[in-house]
Amino acid sequence: MSAPVALVLVSHSTYLARGVAELAAQMAPDVVIRTAAGGPDGGLGTSFDTVQAAITAALDTVGATVPDDGGSPRARGGVVVLADLGSSVLTVETVLELDESLAGSVVLARGPFVEGAVAAAVTAHGGATLDEVVASALDAAHSFSPAGTPGGAGGPAWAGGAGGEADAGGERPASDTVTGRVTVRNPLGLHARPAALVSRKVAELGAKVRVDGVDASSVLQLMALGAIEGRELTVEAEGLGAAEAVRVVVGMIEGGFGEI
Amino acid sequence: MTLDADWAERWVRRAAEAVEAAKDELTELDRQIGDGDHGENMHRGFQAVVARLDAAAADTGSDTAAPGGSAREVGDVLKTVATTLMSTVGGASGPLYGTAFLRASKVSGRPLLDPSSIVALLEAALEGITTRGKATVGEKTMVDAWSAAVDAAERTARDGGDEVAVLRAAAEAADKAAFGTIPLLATKGRASYLGERSRGHEDPGARSTALLLGAAMAAALAGPGGAA
Repeated sequence: MSAPVALVLVSHSTYLARGVAELAAQMAPDVVIRTAAGGPDGGLGTSFDTVQAAITAALDTVGATVPDDGGSPRARGGVVVLADLGSSVLTVETVLELDESLAGSVVLARGPFVEGAVAAAVTAHGGATLDEVVASALDAAHSFSPAGTPGGAGGPAWAGGAGGEADAGGERPASDTVTGRVTVRNPLGLHARPAALVSRKVAELGAKVRVDGVDASSVLQLMALGAIEGRELTVEAEGLGAAEAVRVVVGMIEGGFGEI
Repeated sequence: MTLDADWAERWVRRAAEAVEAAKDELTELDRQIGDGDHGENMHRGFQAVVARLDAAAADTGSDTAAPGGSAREVGDVLKTVATTLMSTVGGASGPLYGTAFLRASKVSGRPLLDPSSIVALLEAALEGITTRGKATVGEKTMVDAWSAAVDAAERTARDGGDEVAVLRAAAEAADKAAFGTIPLLATKGRASYLGERSRGHEDPGARSTALLLGAAMAAALAGPGGAA
């Protein structure tokens, strides 16, 4: 069964769109990812008809999996569109303006093309709603400057939650924060694939988990840690299922993701 | 001069000719500060528009024209232009001109245009372009030419100018504004990536706008008997 949110990647270049689709699909095999690339003559450019067809086709695939539970379209699923440059963006906007039936279930996310697509795909893979997938694509812009994504990038939920380090013994931990430590064992560390595995698992578990201060449900923030073999990481979680989440994440990293 | 659907069709056919004649010039302008496809893209789009009009003309009397053929509205022609350009142009000018003609078609749902409805047509087109492209005057884009055209058309209509005078004022202002983009620094569109190096070149979108509005004027001057 495919995820309730599908992606459409719009690019001037067929190679670029296919390449990004391949990259995103590797981390999110259950997400429908369609490309709309190239101009009307097949060269570099954008085609209204191609974009419209891709969006419609993507919407058809998720339409089949969306339960008819009366929820608003945005709360359920739909299509998130990412576009590379100028005319790709303008063409998507034109398609959305001309077909009012798409409103609410198709959203153009103005995030970075590569990072946004990867983040959106991984988020969608966890069964996220349309708004959540859009937010992850937009948030991906922060991955351009890891310095700009301190722990605060985890969102307001983390802002005041100075998690104590329970096993360090020095500070009094926040009542519902659980902390664990683990050393990265696989040679390549938390690169794309392991980061995607961790973030998907975290999304699945539903707990708020941080790894070295970054939001563990964000594949891009995990990758931006640059955690290679031998690095010790702090895993913190809070809220319902915190202990289980820390145990699972520590176990995954400890296990080396099958790369040892 | 009567500005009806036939005028609109003559306008568009002349625009296609003008674009064809200026294809290499537009491409060269775009090569200097953009991605070098504007001439080719516009040519492909307007050839497709002409093909659509030809096909419709071949069907006249059946399903394309209103009964009698004379009640066709200006907006009908403009809408055909809009949808065809959107599908066939390819670059940013596809959605930009497509939206411009679409918005223009919505205010031209009538058999005849008077001076104030020409102003409304131009205003709607400009509004469509700024909605889509988010550019404002002075950013070295087609908005500079459209905006100058709207201002000039408004002034002329207010001063009591007739249809041809309004179109002439719009075309002349657009032409002047296109040249006026040469010293400007591009801050929108592909040329903005060039920064300071965008100065000293005419914006290709402003130039193609001047061509289109020049064709609108020429179609009005020539009348139904003029060379198509």
